[in-house]
Amino acid sequence: MDGVSLETVAGWGRHPVALGAVSRPEHLRLPPDGLAVLPRGLGRSYGDAAVPAAPGARVLETSRADRALAFATASGLLTCEAGLSLDEVVRVFLPRGWFPPVTPGTRFVTVGGCVACDVHGKNHHRDGSFGGFVERLVVQTADGRLVECGPTRERELFLATVGGMGLTGLITEVTFRLVPVQTAWMIVETEPVAGLTAMLDGLRAAASAWPYTVGWIDCLARGPALGRGILMRGRHAARGEAPAAPPSEPRRISVPLDAPGWLLRPALMRGFNSAYYGRRARRPGGPARTVPYQGFFYPLDAIGGWNRLYGRRGFLQYQCVIPRAAGAAPVAEVLERVAAAGAASFLAVIKDCGPEADAYLSFPLEGTTLALDLAYHGAATESLVHELNATVIAAGGRIYLAKDAATRAQDFARMVPRLDEWRRVRDRWDPERRFRSALSVRLLGDRP
Amino acid sequence: MKAAIVGGTRGMGRALARLLAARGDAVVLLGRDAHELATSARDLTARGAQGAVATGRLDLAEPAGFAAALDAADAAAGGLDALVVTAGDFAVQDDLERDPERLRHLLEVNFTATATLCQLAAERFAARCGGTICAFSSVAGDRARRSNYLYGASKAGLSAFLEGLGLAYRDRHVRVVCVRPGFVKTAMTAGLPVPPFAGEPDAVAQIVLRGLDRGTPVVYAPPVWRFVMLAIRLLPRAVMRRVRF
Repeated sequence: MDGVSLETVAGWGRHPVALGAVSRPEHLRLPPDGLAVLPRGLGRSYGDAAVPAAPGARVLETSRADRALAFATASGLLTCEAGLSLDEVVRVFLPRGWFPPVTPGTRFVTVGGCVACDVHGKNHHRDGSFGGFVERLVVQTADGRLVECGPTRERELFLATVGGMGLTGLITEVTFRLVPVQTAWMIVETEPVAGLTAMLDGLRAAASAWPYTVGWIDCLARGPALGRGILMRGRHAARGEAPAAPPSEPRRISVPLDAPGWLLRPALMRGFNSAYYGRRARRPGGPARTVPYQGFFYPLDAIGGWNRLYGRRGFLQYQCVIPRAAGAAPVAEVLERVAAAGAASFLAVIKDCGPEADAYLSFPLEGTTLALDLAYHGAATESLVHELNATVIAAGGRIYLAKDAATRAQDFARMVPRLDEWRRVRDRWDPERRFRSALSVRLLGDRP
Repeated sequence: MKAAIVGGTRGMGRALARLLAARGDAVVLLGRDAHELATSARDLTARGAQGAVATGRLDLAEPAGFAAALDAADAAAGGLDALVVTAGDFAVQDDLERDPERLRHLLEVNFTATATLCQLAAERFAARCGGTICAFSSVAGDRARRSNYLYGASKAGLSAFLEGLGLAYRDRHVRVVCVRPGFVKTAMTAGLPVPPFAGEPDAVAQIVLRGLDRGTPVVYAPPVWRFVMLAIRLLPRAVMRRVRF
């Protein structure tokens, strides 16, 4: 028997927190009793997507169901249990010349979570989101059936499950394509950028030649310096360009304790950001450098438990996407509002996205996405989120559910034109709402 | 190495099987559930196992099947030179106190069956050019405690057996490794309060692999438990009467 333990459950932002009855089985099956359950992977979504709908509700954590089931060495097609982590995928398959087709900024996520959030990465402008590489899912639906779905089979369930935040069923198996790479090294160019227009132009200019692009913005800079930051362009190094040996695993350090509340005060953050920008800006942008893949894709993974730096109250991560058609003004407005509130810390991430996916609730759309951390200070932080949402809605954009903990239901409904389509599919497969979370209570009107 | 693993589909056994297969050792997974065995075999193969991967049926509750299971594993691996037993029974003390049948089953699986299987394998290895027997006991067997002496007794018996087996077969080139995990976060211990020094199955498997290669007679995992248990063994009985753990 797999035990159940009563634990406090939170997202990576550590707000909100709820008690859950957590089980971590090695074999993914829904309990036969038909009661409500929330699937959860490694808990790296920031907000309340993997927080139980009500105190004591059941949480099924998938990370022990981590077996690979088949790998085609010719095509890179991997079938695995949904709890397998990208960390493990990289450790096992990168030495054999394969890499995840899309990776978020941490490797400590499950493959099932990548599907449920339809994650994107630095290659979104070229390759789209994770769901585009998924050929088959096995989903255990509310009635207990194991349903195979994919782009051509049970397509509606597939499109509702990709990006569906675990609310259509328990994803038990995933078949997706890895992509071939020659080495574990990256060729990277970094370039200091003086302001937002230059950043957007730089991302655009790099998009055709570089598979991976991203910008880091000092989001405390204002006025003409608004949007200043570092533009990074990267690609996998070919065999002749990189050291013959793979890079060693970087040493991981850990944040052992919750930081005190004063640590990330605006003045300190301004100093950190200026120093970060200044150091990078002085580094000549010219010749490309060859760097380990870890530092390029997963810089924050080197610091275990970095979320504790925000102290006990936690933080929100705000990520939105602004359609290209809306121009640069809404992007500037979001940055202005955050800077004016003095609310953001560390760095903001800016990235251009490619075309929207077919999955109903998939986040990215053609335009510019911004992600930034907001230390949580209760109502003040939440009203800032509502203000930012107003800008995003006016621009025809949306927010990323894997980050969100504060958006209001009426605002969310205005961001997602295909929400009703998704609801209809969910009604069909889970009319009783067996699968629900704090997020689905907040945004979709589910009962707690 | 050509290893048969009893319990290799779950927890620490799963992690250890992956390490062995990844470096090219032949691995034969032995267990009760054919579907689980096949799934874990697929896992090892998909992860790029270089050596042979096979499965076979073995139920620790059915000692009559041990010889046939070892025969089949021998054939599948082309001559075993290691037997690893990570499987075992576990229940909380309350259940064992109240349910004599449950207690009997646990004692039989953890001690009688495991000892019988290891003895059988030791004889076989000794008759060839040697081999390694590795079984998972527990720190719970190092000192009886009021809160888990029933499970602990089954493991104390196993630890004593393994120590003796190692001494008895040393001249015949059979090495015996007694693994004594502390609390490890696996499905077996799910739902229990997590004590200090709790280990992760992957890290424990790395330690066990090193012990397996070297033939270390007693392996604590995580290693800090060697010192924790040393201290606990030295506590006078008067203290053990008072402490509640």
